[in-house]
Order: sequence, then structure tokens, then C-alpha cells
Amino acid sequence: MHQKSLVELAAGLRDGQFSSEELTRACLERIRRLDGELNSFISVTETEALAAAQAADARIRAGEAGPLTGIPFAHKDIFCTRGVKTSCGSRMLDNFIAPYDATVTRKLHEAGAVMLGKTNMDEFAMGSSNETSYYGPVRNPWDTGRVPGGSSGGSAAAVAARLVPASTGTDTGGSIRQPAALCGITGLKPTYGRVSRYGMIAFASSLDQGGAFTRTAEDAALMLAAMAGFDERDSTSVDRPVDDYTASLDVSLKGMKIGVPKEYTSAGLDSAVAAAIEAALAEYRRLGAEVSEISLPHTHLAVPAYYVVAPAECSSNLSRFDGVRFGYRAADPKDLKDLYERSRGEGFGAEVKRRILIGTYALSAGYYDAYYLKAQQVRRLIREDFMRAFDTVDVIMGPTAPSVAFRLGEKADDPVSMYLSDIYTIAANLAGLPALSIPAGFVDGMPVGLHLVGNYFAEGRLLNAGHRYQQVTDWHTRCPAGYE
Amino acid sequence: MALEAADVDKIAHLARLGVDAGDIPDYCRNLSDILAFVEQLNAVDTTGVEPLAHPLEATQRLRPDLVTETDNREIFQQVAPQTEAGLYLVPKVIE
Repeated sequence: MHQKSLVELAAGLRDGQFSSEELTRACLERIRRLDGELNSFISVTETEALAAAQAADARIRAGEAGPLTGIPFAHKDIFCTRGVKTSCGSRMLDNFIAPYDATVTRKLHEAGAVMLGKTNMDEFAMGSSNETSYYGPVRNPWDTGRVPGGSSGGSAAAVAARLVPASTGTDTGGSIRQPAALCGITGLKPTYGRVSRYGMIAFASSLDQGGAFTRTAEDAALMLAAMAGFDERDSTSVDRPVDDYTASLDVSLKGMKIGVPKEYTSAGLDSAVAAAIEAALAEYRRLGAEVSEISLPHTHLAVPAYYVVAPAECSSNLSRFDGVRFGYRAADPKDLKDLYERSRGEGFGAEVKRRILIGTYALSAGYYDAYYLKAQQVRRLIREDFMRAFDTVDVIMGPTAPSVAFRLGEKADDPVSMYLSDIYTIAANLAGLPALSIPAGFVDGMPVGLHLVGNYFAEGRLLNAGHRYQQVTDWHTRCPAGYE
Repeated sequence: MALEAADVDKIAHLARLGVDAGDIPDYCRNLSDILAFVEQLNAVDTTGVEPLAHPLEATQRLRPDLVTETDNREIFQQVAPQTEAGLYLVPKVIE
């Protein structure tokens, strides 16, 4: 049952081959048996899951089921879940039982999806390896000595290990696409504003966007359909109808124009990864697409601009954690200043502190223009690069990450080297564009991801391109040894 | 630019963030590396380029000035470290 895709499971539930309760119990059993080593879950909500599964079974029997009714999923621990611990991977929120549901939580619940638990993640979504989590690192199911990527590493590992057919994630600089690539699954970051940020704990509000992990593009279409939509509780939510992502999956790719930025074959790219991407592009040519070289001249400035904008917004957003209203409070504070400083000093880990300090510095008097304003100007240049490219191409393709998954600890002491693992994903966040990572081969037994970037609200086109590719390749069906 | 221990102390104070004295050399090194890395931005001329704050250039949406939230104080204070009579308690501020 665990090898079936979400679409196949939904058909099985509808046809009465198995119940949601049976499916949910089977997934929970796999989590119990296999997650000890992976550490992909922070909380498993068995009682709530079984109740939700029984409710879904009743809906299915009554003929009121939607495509996600009765489907188990794992929820990144950044989304607030009423009555369930929502830690964001931090000691700061280790004691935080969310008093309300995020909009994404509510929408998936209303669709009848069954939450099995909350997944491990880099602390406050700051990291590219899942090593900054207060709850310990997640391990990559393809090689448990390697990282799953981050920040949504638990959500990616859980889907790759067939513990769940789908999971949620958030992507501020690549936190869905990079772990999807490193774990050999499909990961979708929608257009900024397409999925509500309400109740999604904020890291960098002008970049944060919720999305999904699945094994196939077709499954991602169903997840996005349930998660997307206008929300008046999110001030940057986009008031625009949600497309029918499933309807466009099978459209022919004949004549589709693919642009490959010459800047994406830079010196930092592993040559075997480059060869896998070349092979994927050849497959797209066979599918009728036209592939041409394009230029995004400001590509090399995306990571530097991001490491001003994201820490600046982080330092502002995380000022709410003050030891007063919720979250961690230091013991025996001697005065208010001591309460703030020690609660934050003890509650946050090293990477979060680094980013708060960088952001505070970038926004401080005398430095604001040199750093923050400059980065926001460069951000516009990066967006203009994309807009020029989309005058001539439909989809931009390249590698999702410069290498396959690295070893645990390999980059932990060198923040800048870690930051560069998001070199191909970050620009889409700065520009707010939708992007998808799909499995496109292996190097030394580790998965490689193909990165697809589309114009604003072109999620349907990206999923269509991903789906057609998955009809003629089988990379997305490969399962790590020990999880068959 | 390279940050000195005194710079890190000052930034940590601005952020109300306790940093262990023993970690200061590491922060000096890491933060200086990050700042050196972002210095690359200075290589591009941005004269006359408007800063981009919102990817879709949307402006703030307004709503009617009506009460839409109900009082959830009790629920929200259940997760507070220390409260009394509906108030959040902190150490004495004025002697």
C-alpha cells in the first residue's frame, strides 16, 4: 500500500479496496518501525489521526469524498495546529501548543486529509541540511550518513521513505525544492501569495511560501489544489481563482520553450549532476520541447542579496519571541533585560542567532542603505532578468542543487558554504516565482533533482511539464533500499 | 567588513540576544565571512533602481474597520509562561 501514489491511494479508498483507517494504521506502523533512524517526525499524532481517518471513512461511505479525503499526510512543524505542539524545530517553541490552526492546516483538514504528525525541520526553517533542528538531524533514506536537505528535511525524508504519500513544506530560499532533490521526490513551491501564510510561523515574510512534497507531479497538483487560495487573514495573499492543476497535466509539451540559463552551469556545479540534467533536457526534446540557452545575468548576486533580505526580515519577525507571552522563558530572570536576553539566548540555536545578528546589523542605523536597500535593488534586477527570459521561454530549467546530498557535519561549520547549496533555488524566492523540483537521475546512488521555474501563477504549466516527464521516466518511482 | 568583539556585543544588545562570551570569537568570524560574502552586491551599479519589497509589487490591502476577532485572551494566555488576572507577568521594571 505504501508504494502507491496519492492518486492511486485515493482511487483505492473510493473503490473500497481499503479504508482510510487501514491506510492510516499502515502508515503509523511504518513510522514506528522506520522513523527511529530517520528522525523525520517531531510529533506523531496517532489518536487524532485515527479519529480523522474514521471521519474520512464516514465521508467516503456517504459519497462526500474529495480527492484528499482519507489520505494520510505529514505536516511540517512550522504550521500551527490547534492543540498540537508546534515547535518550528526550536527549543524556543518546545512547549508551544498552538492555540489556533494555520489556514493550510484548516484547508487540508476540511479536504479530509489525515495528519499523522509534525515533521522535523531546521530551526525556524533556517538551514539547508536539517542539522540546525533542536530535535536532532534528519537522515536521508538513500544514505543515512547524509543529510536530507533543508529546511523541510523531515517532510522530504518521510515521503522518500514511503512513510506518507504526501507532506507539506515551506520554501523561503529553497526549503522545499532542495530537500526534494536530495531525497529523490517531487517538491513544489508555488507563486508567492498563492498559499496562505496565516499560521505559518514567519521567517522572512516577503519570501516565505507554503507548498508540498509528493512522489509525483500529479499528486502535487492535488495537494496544491487543496492548499491554495485567497485568505483575507494573510495580508499578502493573492485574490485570484485557483487553476485546475489536474486538467492541464496531460497537455502535450510539443513546442514548449525551455530556457537553460548559462549561469547555471557555473564552476560550483558537480559534473555528474550536470550530465544528469543534460540527459533530462534531452528527454524533454524527445517530448517535443525546444531547448535553448538563455542568460540570467544577475544570478551570482541572488545568494548575497538573500543573505541580507532574509536575515533582516528574520530579525524583525523573531523579535516576537521575548519570553513573555509564549514560548521559552529563562529561569529566574533578574530584570526585564535579563529576561529578554537569556530567554532568546537560551531558546535559539546558533544558526538562528547568526541570522538575527546579521539582520539586526543590516537594519541598524548607518548600515540600512548599504545593505538592505542595496539588496532590495538587486532583488529587482534579479526579477527583471526573469521577466526578460519569460518573454521568450515558457519554463526555465536547470539543476535544483549543485551536488547530491552531502554528509552530515560536512558543512556545519561553514555557513557560507552551506548557503551556496541553495544557489539555484534562491532567485525564484526573491522574484516570487513558482518552481518545481522533480527526480531526474542518480549520481553515486544519490538522487539528482531537475529544477523548473515558471512565470507567475504558472504552477499548472510546471506540473504539466513534470507530469509528462514522469510518464516517460521512472526516476520518481525509485525507492531507497530498506524502505520497499 | 570584519566585525570585532565590541561590534558583536553591540549588535547582540540591539537584538536583545544573549550571546555566551566564549562564542564571541566564532560569531566574529562567521558574521565577518557572511558580510564579506554579501559585499559582492557592491559590484553592481544600482543607481536609479527602485528597491523591490514585494515580488508582485502588491500594495497593502485594506478592509472595513469592523470588529472581526472575538476575545481569545484565556486561550492565548494558556501558553504564556506567567500570567495573573489576565495580565502577563514580568520581573519588576521600576524599583
